[in-house]
Amino acid sequence: MNESRRNFLKVAGASAVGAAWGIPVVSALAKAIKSTPLPANLSGKRWAMIVDINKCKRPEVRRACADACRSLHNIPDIERPHREIEWIWSDGFENAFPNQSNEHTRADLRESDVLVMCNHCDRPPCVRVCPTQATFRRADGIIMMDEHRCIGCRYCIAACPYGARSFNWEDPAPHIKQLNPDYPHRTRGVVEKCTLCAERLAEGLEPACVEAANRLAGPGAMIFGDLGDPNSAVSQALRVKTTIRRKPSLGTSPSVFYVV
Amino acid sequence: MLEKAFTGSRRYWIWIFCLLALIGAGGIAYLVQLQDGLSVTGMNRDVSWGLYIAQFTFMVGVAASAVMVVLPYYLHDFKAFGKVTILGEFLAIPSVVCCALFIFVDMGQPQRVLNVLLHPTPHSMMFWDMMALGGYLFLNVIISMVTFGAERKGIAPPKWIRPVIILSIPWAVSIHTVTAFLYSGLEGRSFWMTAILAPRFLASAFASGPSLLILLCLLVRRISKFDPGKEVIQKIAVIVTYAMAINVFFVAMELFTGIYSDIPEHMNHFQYMFFGLHGHHALVPWMWAAQLLALGVLIALLFPRARRNEKVLAFLAAGVILSIWIDKGLGLVVAGFIPSPLEHVTEYAPTAIEGLVTLGVYGIGILILTGLYKIAISVREGLQAH
Repeated sequence: MNESRRNFLKVAGASAVGAAWGIPVVSALAKAIKSTPLPANLSGKRWAMIVDINKCKRPEVRRACADACRSLHNIPDIERPHREIEWIWSDGFENAFPNQSNEHTRADLRESDVLVMCNHCDRPPCVRVCPTQATFRRADGIIMMDEHRCIGCRYCIAACPYGARSFNWEDPAPHIKQLNPDYPHRTRGVVEKCTLCAERLAEGLEPACVEAANRLAGPGAMIFGDLGDPNSAVSQALRVKTTIRRKPSLGTSPSVFYVV
Repeated sequence: MLEKAFTGSRRYWIWIFCLLALIGAGGIAYLVQLQDGLSVTGMNRDVSWGLYIAQFTFMVGVAASAVMVVLPYYLHDFKAFGKVTILGEFLAIPSVVCCALFIFVDMGQPQRVLNVLLHPTPHSMMFWDMMALGGYLFLNVIISMVTFGAERKGIAPPKWIRPVIILSIPWAVSIHTVTAFLYSGLEGRSFWMTAILAPRFLASAFASGPSLLILLCLLVRRISKFDPGKEVIQKIAVIVTYAMAINVFFVAMELFTGIYSDIPEHMNHFQYMFFGLHGHHALVPWMWAAQLLALGVLIALLFPRARRNEKVLAFLAAGVILSIWIDKGLGLVVAGFIPSPLEHVTEYAPTAIEGLVTLGVYGIGILILTGLYKIAISVREGLQAH
C-alpha cells in the first residue's frame, strides 16, 4: 500500500470515528438545551387512580383486576418462578409500603394484600434512565413503552422503585392462554408494563382493572379520573379521603393513590 | 506493524488456537442465548442484571487503569514508565472491547443497539457511558498507534499527540465515573445511591488494573527477551499499594455509613451480603472471602520486603485482582438488587451458558491482548537487538 493511500485511509477512518462519536453528542446536547422541564403544576390532564385497600381486600377482587388486564393485553402466564410478566398484581401491604407500616399498624391493614402496578410517576426514574426514549411520559401523565424501540438493556427495571416493570426473558407467545386479536403481544427481549389502558381511554372507557374492581366490590373500590380537573371523581375523592402513595420520600410523585 | 501478530512460534499458535476454541464455545453459548432469549441466564424479575453487567463494571476499571502508567510518564516525566505505557494502552484497548461486548451480550434486543445513537438521550447515563467508552477506545488506539509507530521508526512522536495523551488522562477517570453514575443515580436502589461509589470504583480500578499489568510484565519477561525492568514493576507495586489502601478505606466508609446509621433500606443489603437475609445467603462466603483477602493482601503490600520479592508480589497482585473481582464483579451489582424494591429476596446464580458467554468475551479480549502484546514485544525485541 503506498503512503498517500495509507494516509487517506487513516484520515478517512479518523473522520468516520469522529462523526460517529460527535453527531450523537452534539444532537443530544442540542436536545438537552431545547427540552423543557416537566410541568410541576397540574394544569391540563393528568390521569390518576385511587385504590381502596379495604374494598379490594377480597382476593377474588384483586384476581379479577389482574385477570381482566391479563386477557386484554395478552400478558403471558409464565410458570417459571421469578420470570413472570406482571402489569397489575397483589403483594403484601408491608411489601408495597415498606416505610409506612410498623408493628403497631392496624393488623387488618398490615396483613392484607394490596394491588400494585406502575405508578405513572410525575417524575419517572424509568424515563430518565432509558437510553433510547423507548419509555416516555405522555402529556396526560401516562408512562408509555415503545416495545419496538426498546433494546432490552433493563436499565428502567433497575431504576423503577416499585418493581413495576417486567422483562420478556423468553418468547411470550406460547404462554398466552387466549390471544386477544385486538391487542398486540410482545416479543422476547423487551420490557413491558401497565399502560393505564391507554387504548381504552382513547375510546372513552375506564381502565380494565377499575371496571373489574368496581363490578365485583361495588363503586369506589377503584376510582379513575383526571387530577387536573377539580371536579373529577379522583379529585373529589382525594379531598375527602385519607390516601397514601408508595415511597413518597423518593420524590417520584406517583399517580396511584391508596385509601387506607 | 500488524503483521507481527501473524508470525510466531509454535507455542504462540497453540495459545491462539486455545483462545479461538474458547471464543468458539462462547459463541455457541451466545447462539443458544440468542435463540432462547435471556431466559437461559440466571437473571430474573428481581435480579435483572447479573454476571454480564458486573463483568462490564469490572473491566471498565481495568481499562481506566492505563492512566496509572500514562500519567507518571507524561505529566511527571517519570522516564522508566516509557517502557510500559504501551503495555498499559494495549491492555486498555481489549478491556474496552470486553466492556462493549458485555453490554452487547446483556441486551434483550442486541440488533437494536444502535438505537442508542439514533435516539441520543442526554438524561440517560447509559448514553454517556457509551460515548465515554467509545471515545476512550478511539483515544487509546490513536495514541498507541502514533507513539509506538514513532518509536519503531526511532523518531520522536509528532507534537500534536501530546495534547491527545493529556486528554486521555481525565477521559480515563471519566469512563469509570460515568459507569458509577449508572448505579449511583437511582433513587430506588439505596445500596448504590452513595456518593463514594465513583471514587470507590476508581480506587479499586487503580488497584486491580495495575495489578494485572504487574502480572503481564512478569509474564512478558518470562516468555520474551523484552524486560520491562524491576524498577518499573516495583513502582507499579507502590501504585497498587496506595490504591488498594484507599480502596479498603472507602469500603470501610461505606460499611460505617450503611451500618451505623441503621436505616433498614441501607442495612438490608449489607445484611444480605455479609450475614444473609430471610434465610438466603449465597453471597456470604464470597463477600467475607473478598474482604478478608483485600485486608490480608493490603497488609502484606505495606511491607516493602514482601513487595520486593517478585514471586510474592505476583501472588499479592493476583490477590488484589481476585478480591476486587469478587467485590465488584459479583457483590456490587447483585447485592444492589437484593432485597428487591418490594422487599423480596430472590437470589441469583449464573448458569453455565452465562458462564460460557462470559468466558468467550474474555477470550476475545485476551486474543486482542495477545496480538497487541505480540506486536509490542516483537518490535521491542527488534529494537533491543540493534
